[in-house]
Amino acid sequence: MSVWSGYLTLILEGALVTLQLTVMGSALALVMAFLAGLGRLSRFFAVRALATTYIEFFRGTSIFVQLFWVYFVLPFAGLTLTPLQAGVLALGLNVGAYGAEVVRGAVKAVGREQTEACIALNLSRFQRMRHVILPQALPLMLPTFCNNAIELLKGTAVVSLISLTDLTFQAQVVRAQTGNTLIPFATILFLYFAMAWAISTVMRWLERRVTRSLDGVRT
Amino acid sequence: MEWDWDFVWQIMPTLLEGFKITLLATVLGAAVAAVIGLGLAIVRRSPITAVSRTVGFVSEFIRGTPLLVQLYFIFYVLPDIGIRLSPLVAGVIGIGVHYATYTAEVYRAGIENVPRGQWEAAKAANLTTRQAWIHVILPQAVPPMIPALANYFIAMFKETPLLSAITVLELMNQAKSIANSNYRYIEPMTLVGVFFLVVSLISVLGLRWLEERYARMDD
Repeated sequence: MSVWSGYLTLILEGALVTLQLTVMGSALALVMAFLAGLGRLSRFFAVRALATTYIEFFRGTSIFVQLFWVYFVLPFAGLTLTPLQAGVLALGLNVGAYGAEVVRGAVKAVGREQTEACIALNLSRFQRMRHVILPQALPLMLPTFCNNAIELLKGTAVVSLISLTDLTFQAQVVRAQTGNTLIPFATILFLYFAMAWAISTVMRWLERRVTRSLDGVRT
Repeated sequence: MEWDWDFVWQIMPTLLEGFKITLLATVLGAAVAAVIGLGLAIVRRSPITAVSRTVGFVSEFIRGTPLLVQLYFIFYVLPDIGIRLSPLVAGVIGIGVHYATYTAEVYRAGIENVPRGQWEAAKAANLTTRQAWIHVILPQAVPPMIPALANYFIAMFKETPLLSAITVLELMNQAKSIANSNYRYIEPMTLVGVFFLVVSLISVLGLRWLEERYARMDD
């Protein structure tokens, strides 16, 4: 059993990297989702076009291709990134594009009368978004954001292919050193599942919190 | 490093070779996902709670863990228990089963959308359960699902580069080997991106058409 404790430490170190990637990637994805999602609803054509291009581009190619592109091609353009930076950038931009559609859908789902009421009350565009539209749109976004966060977690496995020592990479190391395949892979599958479960638990809690303040507002 | 068109034309045949495998994997994977997904959806409705719970948990587990790790699992662990699969077969099974858990949800929603009266009418007309499924429920449930299913098949197409990790010689793997042997990353990686982007954009148009064609079936 003591032989395994060393390998277990290795795998747990990998779990930490995966966690780091998931958290940082999600943060970037969240920012991009709101930027691009609200950008698509902008009244300026240029902003709309930019946001649409970003969304279509990142949704049209897979995370794997984007990651390789960021990691191998950007250095030729003079931008060298560490594997972790490349991973966070690719994951964040990719999932952000999916999130942007969620933001757009949720904002559009808030009734027109809300916008009209804001205009009647002479609120500025910013005030309208910040105090009226977004607080109502947010609860609509959360369930899908939860799925997106889990997709991002699953996407992190791909970074092992650009030599970042995440869970999947460490499992391969253990496999190479021990020749045992079942135990390392079963362990990391379980760990990934535990993390996905943790994400959905946190998101459900968040959803309850966000909807609580809206009691009586929504029918 | 500059973009070199001569190099592009030189590597194009190899990339097209890989692209064929990518398409093949997508089509076979889609077939597997369509069939197994339907099976999962039907079994999940089983009146025996133990069966439906188990299937539900297994689907959750598959959906909560990365496809890459599942592919490694199929490719490296199964040979230990005597099931030796070629890379492409392992890849098709992996990607097909993974997406089956998603398509199962689509089928489930579609089946639940068939009004209860149809079941009752089938029973009143003395059809067996099998006949009710084949002649009454599925013909009504399937057409509205087609756009959602197609959406997952497009997602699946974008995930096929992962098969390169288990040595399937698809587009991404061909591009990687070209890049490694010539030490030129810009052209092959960018071309892979372009290939995927073009196919995705075309399939988005196809999807719109499908939505228009089949969405009316709802009414």
